[in-house]
Amino acid sequence: MTTIAPQERLIATIARLILDPSAHPARHVAVGMASPIPAAACWLLKKSGHDIRISLLQRQTGGPFSEGGRELFDLAGQGRIDLFFLGGGQIDSEANINMIGTGEWPGTEFRFPGSFGSAFMYMTVPRTILFREEHTNRVLVERVDHISANGISDRAVIRRGRAQALVTGRCVFNFDGNRFTLASIHPGETIESIDANTAMSYLTPPDVGMTLDPTEAELGLLRGAVCDEMLSTYPDFCQRVWGRSLQEAEKAAN
Amino acid sequence: MAPQNLDALAAMIPDGALLALPPDDSLAPNALIRALIRRNVRNLRLIGVPTSGFGTDLLIGAGCVATVETSAATLGEAGTGPRFAAAVRAGSIRVIDATCPAIHTALQAAEKGVPFMPLRGVLGSDVMNHRPDWHVMANPFAADDDPILLLPALTPDFAAFHASCADSEGNVWVGRRRELATMAHASRANVVTVERIVPGRLLDDETMAPGVISGVYIRAIAVAERGAWPGGLLDEYEADRAHIADYARIARSDGGFAEYLARHVQHTANQDAA
Repeated sequence: MTTIAPQERLIATIARLILDPSAHPARHVAVGMASPIPAAACWLLKKSGHDIRISLLQRQTGGPFSEGGRELFDLAGQGRIDLFFLGGGQIDSEANINMIGTGEWPGTEFRFPGSFGSAFMYMTVPRTILFREEHTNRVLVERVDHISANGISDRAVIRRGRAQALVTGRCVFNFDGNRFTLASIHPGETIESIDANTAMSYLTPPDVGMTLDPTEAELGLLRGAVCDEMLSTYPDFCQRVWGRSLQEAEKAAN
Repeated sequence: MAPQNLDALAAMIPDGALLALPPDDSLAPNALIRALIRRNVRNLRLIGVPTSGFGTDLLIGAGCVATVETSAATLGEAGTGPRFAAAVRAGSIRVIDATCPAIHTALQAAEKGVPFMPLRGVLGSDVMNHRPDWHVMANPFAADDDPILLLPALTPDFAAFHASCADSEGNVWVGRRRELATMAHASRANVVTVERIVPGRLLDDETMAPGVISGVYIRAIAVAERGAWPGGLLDEYEADRAHIADYARIARSDGGFAEYLARHVQHTANQDAA
């Protein structure tokens, strides 16, 4: 049995969430900037033979669209994107996300980059998987300082989707439209360690299991075909997790 | 349209101009931005279309900026722009937070010459709550209650970008980066740097024409080889990731940024003006 990198477990976990049969089917998944783990989860499904269209926004050349940066939002506005990923400097009990900053508006204590398209994508895309590796009391807060994109909307507001789940470096929470429920914990964590590092409220059912490991077949794909696809877009990530570099891959190909 | 030199383009953008700029991965005019800093431009009101990157961070650090309207100020993997973050902390610039499709939509309204355009989503975000210039109205076509966001048309005084090539009539090729066409159409004037001037007429070539912005919109062009550096340019050259990562680290301190400016901006006039 080979050692499983924490990132590999997160990738396989997200891939399972994408396939969740009880959720809106994910035929077209878009992945935003600086998201190697969600991107790898999509590639894992594709390389496993699932019929899924992936639109990766972060590509040096090529890319999924021909109408420029705004086409992503036009597609989402029409309902042509089924699933998207969002993170946040802070995430709270109502699945609100803060990409603005902390302290007074507009983030005078600690400024995050900004909201990007989150205020739009969170509402127009049927499913969002929230992903944030850092799982601490400063990230998972009871109430975010500022709302970039709100997790719950007023009844009158037309909203196509919401968060499906929140995946962190410690565990998985499911979101039912109102609140988070602890779904599984990663190896090395306990119910108590999750509680100690989470300032947002959530439900803990009596029978929380461990997050499943990737299968040997999944690990084989991740270290081979998935890494091949990721090398040019996420060279640093591939080097860190799989010890492979673009230069070596090119040398081997010649 | 005869090409001009880089400094002449920088001189066309007056202090206080409302200036639209593309993000780092979309033909960023970084040579022109260095020329603007050398000409000591002041009080720029920048718009990130739809986000801001390296050039905006340089301009902020050099004291050239009064306001920034943007959906994010990011150096990609290298994180939040360090001079942007420092300026927010110090309160030395006014940040007008937006969300990406709102910027695109507001420019599309200007492109069409209509006063506003609606956009789904966004309702309930604090971004909207801090935008007194945005309005919510009831969808007049809906039978039921349907509040929807209205964005006022956004008309920059200038847009600036760095394209692969232009022809002698001032037609500019941006490839698939069609959001730059919207930005250019919406702006009162465009100043553009290019890698090269090509012979013939780009609009006569069926393969190239869909990626062309017509010279109708272009005020002036200058040749600046590798003018997007340290950003990349389509499939011509890659972003200089190591340089941007170094910048992100060095520019965290005022002294580090001043050193960077002296080394890479103030003394590079000759390299930039190819």
